[in-house]
Amino acid sequence: MSRCRHWRVAVPLALALAVSAARAADPAPHDLYFSEALYHARQGEWFEALQRLDTELGQHYGLDEPKLDSLYPLIGDAEFSVGDFELNYRMHHRAGRAIKAVLEGDVPERVRNDAAYRLARIHFQKGQLVDALHALDRIRGEIPNRIRDDVEFLRANVYLATARPDDAAPILKKLQGAKDLRGFSEYNLAIAYLQEERRDDALAQLAKAGTVDASDEQTRAIRDKANLVRGTLLLEAGAYADAKGSLEQVRLDGPYSNQALLSAGWAEFSAKRVEGALVPWNILVRRDHTDPAVQEALLALPYAYGELAVHGRAAYMYSQALQAFGTELDKLDASIVSIREGKFLEALVREEIRQDKDWVVRLRSLPEAPETYYLVDLLASHDFQTALQNYLDLEDLRKRLSTWQRNFDAFEDMVAVRRAYYEPRLPDIDQNFREADSGRRVRLEQHKLLRKRMQQLLIAPRPEHLATTAERQLMARFDEIDQEIGDGTSGEEAALRERLARLRGVVMFGVKTEYHERLTRFYEHLEEASRAIDVLEAQYAAFVRTRQAAMHSYVGYEIPIRRLRTRVADAITRTDRLMARQGTVLERVAVRELQARVRRLEGYEERARYALADSYDRATKAQNGIEGE
Amino acid sequence: MPKSFTFVVVVLALIGMAGSGSARASSQEEMRSLDDQVQEIKTDVLRIAAELSQLEEQLLYPSNTQVSVFVALSSEHAFRLDAMQIHIDGQLAAHHIYSFKELDALESGGVQRIYTGNFPTGAHHMQVSVIGKLSNGEAYQRTAEFSFDKGVDPRLLGLAVAGPGAGEAIELQDW
Repeated sequence: MSRCRHWRVAVPLALALAVSAARAADPAPHDLYFSEALYHARQGEWFEALQRLDTELGQHYGLDEPKLDSLYPLIGDAEFSVGDFELNYRMHHRAGRAIKAVLEGDVPERVRNDAAYRLARIHFQKGQLVDALHALDRIRGEIPNRIRDDVEFLRANVYLATARPDDAAPILKKLQGAKDLRGFSEYNLAIAYLQEERRDDALAQLAKAGTVDASDEQTRAIRDKANLVRGTLLLEAGAYADAKGSLEQVRLDGPYSNQALLSAGWAEFSAKRVEGALVPWNILVRRDHTDPAVQEALLALPYAYGELAVHGRAAYMYSQALQAFGTELDKLDASIVSIREGKFLEALVREEIRQDKDWVVRLRSLPEAPETYYLVDLLASHDFQTALQNYLDLEDLRKRLSTWQRNFDAFEDMVAVRRAYYEPRLPDIDQNFREADSGRRVRLEQHKLLRKRMQQLLIAPRPEHLATTAERQLMARFDEIDQEIGDGTSGEEAALRERLARLRGVVMFGVKTEYHERLTRFYEHLEEASRAIDVLEAQYAAFVRTRQAAMHSYVGYEIPIRRLRTRVADAITRTDRLMARQGTVLERVAVRELQARVRRLEGYEERARYALADSYDRATKAQNGIEGE
Repeated sequence: MPKSFTFVVVVLALIGMAGSGSARASSQEEMRSLDDQVQEIKTDVLRIAAELSQLEEQLLYPSNTQVSVFVALSSEHAFRLDAMQIHIDGQLAAHHIYSFKELDALESGGVQRIYTGNFPTGAHHMQVSVIGKLSNGEAYQRTAEFSFDKGVDPRLLGLAVAGPGAGEAIELQDW
């Protein structure tokens, strides 16, 4: 049973390492919205990250030509990231679906293998070991370098979890020395040997795992654990000196320190070096009395003094232990009452706790929340942590939904104010616009005709078309005079026609000789007019846009707001209901855990009381013996 | 004698665990069922959030007036960014003090949307000031001024912050 627990603890830690290593190697994306999603993700704001990336992916797939979108070259990464974000936001179902979609898509081998690895990781975390193995079996061919070791490590862990240590061991052997898995691959190989009942190999391997170089806290912790497990195995085997050697390698300020000190004491005690046991146990009894190892030491230490026949000291320490157990039992009773009053859940949602990434650890020292002191073991279990996180996520959702619900009132006010402003003004504006618009259309038509005429003049010169108004009037007058002269053949009439022809000639001379200059001026004026037309068109477009914007600022919102309001209200109801159920389960499990601790402490208390009386008896007998002599 | 003592302790511990074994299993089952329901509601709320953000954007920042400013740290940035202040057309648009987590997110390639607001079409002026610390502990401060045009489409402005000794300390990029 203890063996199982050892590697189960090691595996999530190793996975956490693997995940962080993979993140560091992410390529820098160049899509703005994807980068914005990453900005939130890297701060652990998974909801915001998912919201941004979901929207971006939705828009990308809605494009007519997605290849032109900046997300296109990063689409594989984006799909993976969605899965990753969902995984981190504890949405395993959606994460699994997202990754399966990548697996079934037309993607390069490297990408498919990456997806299969992520899917396997999800299944493993959910305890779906057959599915995890199936996903790992889909990995073939090119594997991205950054996950190569992680894939094999995961495979070995799945084999260990399915009691196939003979399959796990060769894989873990190959991973010995892998930089990102330092300590974990060594430790898990030892567990594989233990599963294979190769005790000596396991001890040797634990010795290796217990001496790895460690530059980070996780590796130091697994190194401590290796030394603790080795020491415990040696202690059980009666190799007390070696056991003590291993146990002394465990750091005094690490998470396994208490258990190591306790076992080191037992190693000395069992080797008949009772004085040697006093040292670690004396350190231990001064530590936090909520720890089971410390509580055991509170009994073990006076027991050792009794063995050394220092019965007075033993009796004193038993009475101290009794006092400590009494205090702890009071604390536990108070905690159970407090939990039943709902204070545990209140403590969980306190903001100052959630600001800290180690909030689970900090819960233990939370002021005015005694109920959390004894829950550290419980808090370490995967299911309870998931339930706790879910409770916090629900609280977060509830806050968001409540804010949105309040926002709807503001939105409706905003729409109403805009409507009240625009609606009375728009009819007059529209009337003025229609009048101005008819003038605009006339000018546009005129401009179009003039352009056409210019084109014709460029093809076939027609000087009379560029005659001035005065010239045109003169020519019209000449035509009238010509009609008045009529067809007469008299000499006077002939002389008049000749004069008229000369006058026409004078006018036409000007028209024809100045044609090119006039054509140039016509062109220049036409260009000026074109510029004015452009300004007119821009003003028209600006007006239309502004008119549309004014309309869009208050039209078409009522139905979406009403629908969203209903959906938000429904979501609030569901969230409240789920929170209540989740909270009840958490409280029940927490109370049960505390009750188990109460029972254990009551057992200790009974033993201490019995041992105290026994010590007094022995001390009295010893005293009487001295007096008798 | 020591073994009997240890035995008692272990037995007591086992009693505590055995007593709650089946109850623990049923709690786990219940927790998993609740976990499924929590995942469902998260999916629903994310969908609502997506629709709501579109509605908000249309209502509060219509495309013809929308201007957004984003901040990225240049890969060669040589200082620790502590704060940034942005004025547009002489008005304070954004003032942000960076937390450790935010800086970490920027340094690993994230892009921060620091401001979204409404401006009419035409030419505008933006003043950007950054405050930070150099690796030798000295204070670092820089101000840069930029002009930009706002057309009829949403305008996305990117500020790439590099700090000293790496080309432009603050660069305006069109995204």
